[in-house]
Amino acid sequence: MSLTPEQRLEAYHLMRTIRRFEERCAELYSAGDIGGFLHLYIGQEALAAAVKYATRPDDNVITAYRDHGIALAKGLEAGRLMAEMLGRTTGVSKGRGGSMHLADVEKRMWGGWAIVGGHLPLATGLALADDYNGDDRVTICLMGDGSTNIGYFHEALNMAGVWKLPVVWIIENNEYGMGTSVKRASAVEELTEKARAYNMPAKRIDGNDLQGMVQEIGEAVEHVRDPENGPVLFEAVTYRFRGHSMGDPERYRTKEEITEAQRRDPIFLWAEKLIEDGVATQEALDHIGTQVEEEVAAAVKFAKESPLPELEDLYDHVYAD
Amino acid sequence: MSMPTNVLDTVAHATGQTETKTYREAISDALWEEMERDESIFIMGEEIGVWGGTYAVTRGFYDHFGPERIRDTPISEMAIVGAAVGAAMNGTRPVAELMTINFAFLALDAIINHAAKAHYMFGGQFTVPVVIRTTTGGGRQLGATHSHSPEHIFAHFPGIQVAVPASPFDAKGMLKTALRRNNPVLFVEHSTLYQRRGPVPVDDYEVPIGLADIKREGTDVTIVSYSKMVEISLKAAEQLEAEGISSEVVDLRSLRPLDKDTVLESFKKTNRCVVVEEAHQLYGVGSEISAVIMEEAFDWMDAPVQRVSTADAPLPYSAELEQSALANPSKVVAAVKAII
Ligand SMILES: Cc1ncc(C[n+]2csc(CCOP(=O)(O)OP(=O)(O)O)c2C)c(N)n1
Ligand SMILES: [Mg+2]
Repeated sequence: MSLTPEQRLEAYHLMRTIRRFEERCAELYSAGDIGGFLHLYIGQEALAAAVKYATRPDDNVITAYRDHGIALAKGLEAGRLMAEMLGRTTGVSKGRGGSMHLADVEKRMWGGWAIVGGHLPLATGLALADDYNGDDRVTICLMGDGSTNIGYFHEALNMAGVWKLPVVWIIENNEYGMGTSVKRASAVEELTEKARAYNMPAKRIDGNDLQGMVQEIGEAVEHVRDPENGPVLFEAVTYRFRGHSMGDPERYRTKEEITEAQRRDPIFLWAEKLIEDGVATQEALDHIGTQVEEEVAAAVKFAKESPLPELEDLYDHVYAD
Repeated sequence: MSMPTNVLDTVAHATGQTETKTYREAISDALWEEMERDESIFIMGEEIGVWGGTYAVTRGFYDHFGPERIRDTPISEMAIVGAAVGAAMNGTRPVAELMTINFAFLALDAIINHAAKAHYMFGGQFTVPVVIRTTTGGGRQLGATHSHSPEHIFAHFPGIQVAVPASPFDAKGMLKTALRRNNPVLFVEHSTLYQRRGPVPVDDYEVPIGLADIKREGTDVTIVSYSKMVEISLKAAEQLEAEGISSEVVDLRSLRPLDKDTVLESFKKTNRCVVVEEAHQLYGVGSEISAVIMEEAFDWMDAPVQRVSTADAPLPYSAELEQSALANPSKVVAAVKAII
């Protein structure tokens, strides 16, 4: 599975959008426009883009609270996402969810979920429902390295394994769960080893290599789509350039470590490749950067101009009927 | 032990013919009939299929509906509820069975954070039509970890409904309601009620979730209870009648929604109230009902509300000791007499 030149440029556009969106979120947080917890995806953009090109638009995606990037990749509008951050009624979750709870059921983006590991059995269930209804969708479940140490991980993967459900589990190993490194939190350092217990094929992939991931994940998605095959697991090795959330004092790592990791900035790597392969010139990429700047600015404008929820609507959606 | 005859009054709600069924059969029939009617319903849980259900509620289901719809799971409470929630979000109607409510503690997060909140948290984008069935209750010498009655804890949280039926009629009708609506419902059966018999309509019917029921009419005192404690309360009412005291027994039937109106209406008539609950007293249903009465019917109060609850100790194994910790008719009688 390889990308057309158009898709390669589009992927660049997407990753730049995620990066800029996140930077603006950080600014808006500092300005007090965004509240609560805010977890940025900066440094991990390639995986979100890879999922976009490795799946069908109607495949399910579910993830944890670090969900802005994959929401953009799933095609949710930047304006409505930003509106959710600002707690507006025009937000994807009508201001009830915030940064950590971005969903759009029509796009089959089933949310960010804020309890570590809590969404893993939900992924099992999404796949179970498709299997039950005879739909050939695949469910992509993204999770942090930290969530592989929680009970949910084992129950959800085992159950999906026993029932051969169409799930592609993707661990985003960004080396830390908050301030605890994988080494200090997991008895096995290669997280793929955990899949062996559930009889699942598993592979470690370079989480900064967009083309490589599109290839690997794309093949896996089609493999899993065959109801005979059952789930698979990936460990995408990447790095988060910013703190865990806003206000992280980052005592658990050095500046040097971050600088070193930034040499493998996925957007930078992708740009290099596009130029090397003659797909784009530096000017063309700069032009995309300008477009992104305008689009994100428009998203912020839309969010800021959107209405806040009416206080008397507090009880909406507590019950379905 | 036979059901006190006044419980038969519930049938006044239904029309037409009835037949006698056990609580177990009533629940089993509700599941069976709804599964026949609606293919999107399936059941998942531990030992529900090949084994036939640890309380035999799903006996015969596996052979009839097959392994796709009667799904034996690993011992994975978090995933049983979590996967049922995910499947409910995505267009099916799962029934997740937790062997007993004691094991629901392991699934607390999936129930409270996900089943109850998902609809709200995403602005109503999807519904979570999941029914979590489980059994509650002590008194069977199962020791401290296996004898809890914590259904009120779940009822604390907006977003979920908690059904606690006491009779075959209510159990079947409320389960049908749960299976036909779109809210997550924790459906709590009492493990010592499965053999109880009572009339159940032959025709299809529903009992709303959120409507209490007067199980016995009276004028001197209102006894509020639910689940197994309804039976205890009715026995107490019989004893009290022999002594010339007329008790009205209100069966809450669901802890959330809580039908305050029925409780208050009864209280405004009797001006006295005793709450009988199987949970411990602290922060419980009795506390809640007391507060409701004080806030909304203060001027009708002739005496302080009394609470009959499980003793404030873990439930012990030894039979007599355990029984001494639980509510019983004489404790209820004593509580009523204390305020009359
Ligand atoms: C059950 C639970 N425990 C603790 C937390 C607090 N917490 C939030 S994020 C996090 C670290 C998770 O790390 P990881 O899974 O690696 O994801 P990342 O943040 O790196 O994307 C913790 C401990 C939580 N949200 N849920
Ligand atoms: Mg991590």
